[in-house]
Amino acid sequence: MIHVDVALRRGDFALEARFEAPGAGVVALFGRSGCGKTTLVNLIGGLLRADAGRIAIGGEVLLDTAAGRDVPPERRELGYVFQDARLFPHLTVRGNLDYGRRRARSRRQAVAFDDVIELLALAPLLGRRPYTLSGGERQRVALGRALLAQPRALLLDEPLASLDAARREEVLPYLEALRTRLALPMIYVSHAFDEVLRLATHLVVMDHGRVVAQGPLADVSLDPALTAIIGTGATGAVLDARVLEHDAASGLARIRVGRDAELRVRADAAAPGAPLRVQILARDVIVSVHPPQGLSVRNALAGRIESLAAQADATCSALIDIGDARLVAHLTREAVDDLALRPGSAVWALVKSVSLRSHPFPDPAPRPVPA
Amino acid sequence: MEFTAGELDALRLSFSVASRSVLLSLPVATLIAWLLVRGRFRGRFALDALVHLPLVLPPVVVGYLLLVIFGRRGPVGGWLHEHFGIQLAFTTAGAALATAVMSFPLMVRAIRLSLEAVDRGLEDAARTLGAGPLDRFVSITLPLMLPGILAGAVTAFAASLGEFGAVITFVSNIPGETRTLPLALYTAIQTPDGDAAAARIAVLSLVLGFGGLALAEGLARYVRRTLGQA
Repeated sequence: MIHVDVALRRGDFALEARFEAPGAGVVALFGRSGCGKTTLVNLIGGLLRADAGRIAIGGEVLLDTAAGRDVPPERRELGYVFQDARLFPHLTVRGNLDYGRRRARSRRQAVAFDDVIELLALAPLLGRRPYTLSGGERQRVALGRALLAQPRALLLDEPLASLDAARREEVLPYLEALRTRLALPMIYVSHAFDEVLRLATHLVVMDHGRVVAQGPLADVSLDPALTAIIGTGATGAVLDARVLEHDAASGLARIRVGRDAELRVRADAAAPGAPLRVQILARDVIVSVHPPQGLSVRNALAGRIESLAAQADATCSALIDIGDARLVAHLTREAVDDLALRPGSAVWALVKSVSLRSHPFPDPAPRPVPA
Repeated sequence: MEFTAGELDALRLSFSVASRSVLLSLPVATLIAWLLVRGRFRGRFALDALVHLPLVLPPVVVGYLLLVIFGRRGPVGGWLHEHFGIQLAFTTAGAALATAVMSFPLMVRAIRLSLEAVDRGLEDAARTLGAGPLDRFVSITLPLMLPGILAGAVTAFAASLGEFGAVITFVSNIPGETRTLPLALYTAIQTPDGDAAAARIAVLSLVLGFGGLALAEGLARYVRRTLGQA
């Protein structure tokens, strides 16, 4: 488990953040620039000192101001990947990788040198100097350096923010591979929701120095507090799905979401049973009170309106239960009135396959039994 | 060009004095620079002023003060002689001390600038990788300060070779003991028919100066290249 409850005041800025997250997978700290997410991750890493609070990761108490305990950063055993890589310029890539490895305190050898080299494709870079590396290569080295210090968790402070779009796409698969292959909890700070969608299993939403929503990504994806930050246009249900069947001829995969709902999505060849994450944007969902007929739309999910929330701009978000999973639909108030929608109404949610975004999302590696 | 034994002695002595002076002041200057940049204590400004004093005082005054403090009957000099048998006034070691004091501000300035330029973020990164305070200083801060330390050392070495006023006041002008190149040049000028000797010593000083500058530039280039700052 990751348990964080800290307070810090610096001039006009006050941070009071509390969250809990499972000890495996990727926890995303998400919020606008200036909301305090970097401050929070610095408090976790110990680079900033909290006025008061308690931080525990994997059963190890790193900070407990009430008990007078404050483990210094060099003994917290948390790998930290900074936005600007911060490779040591006077050392080669190998020297950088060895820096943390030589100082690793714990005897838990969670990640082996060769595995890190292979996972991050660092072999061709080992003899190079940091200034000769591209931005993406630097972040890969920084990741490897942090991993080889054998940390109990990895803190990533917007590791992709200083990269252009092409470089980001180059590094993201490595982060996905780390999440899938290593049983290492990661705390990932980001203000880019598409990164969160690709990586996070758990989401902590921050605003003005406070945690405004937290929980598994699928749950938080429907939270109004998140919508307030990313906007209604980007709001949508995030669903974890399984591939039932992939049809190479049509390029569509049949996937199951929730208990027994089925969707067709465009997907690259995927084996039956493969885990997939789909996002259904609220503005792409059409609600019908009759079973659809003669429409091009591929997906019609039977469900029930769970709640309706009026938005400021003459619109309404409808939460639709489709059986162990929920969608959110963004509708005009006029449509809600015309269809006489109210909580409990039986509806069909229609979603075009072309508007669905999906990507493989393998289950995080299981947590090893502590030695 | 033929050099006399006395001139070669002066050359050897200049090297010996300047080397000792730099070796003596380097660790102290690094510590003082660190205190001035990173320290948060009362009296930081006073320390800063004290360090810079030799830069604004006439060298003769510095030599005189050294004589008062480190002379055989001075508070520190007397104590050193009584307990360790060390005599500084009128010795080569004393000449090294005088040149070290004179070149100290130059060295502190160079080291201080390089320390201010060190990215604290890199030290934080080292911290998260398990490096304690001393470890961080030795493995990260010091190597990153190296260009400044080298520049400071070379500047101080060059200044030590040429220091005149403080040396002649504190340790006098004793052949083979404290007569460094500038003192030898001064003596030659004071001597009838010493023109040729003075010219030879001037040439020696020029060659030394150019050599030092070339060495400093080469080292600085090498360090910049390895750090990717070129």
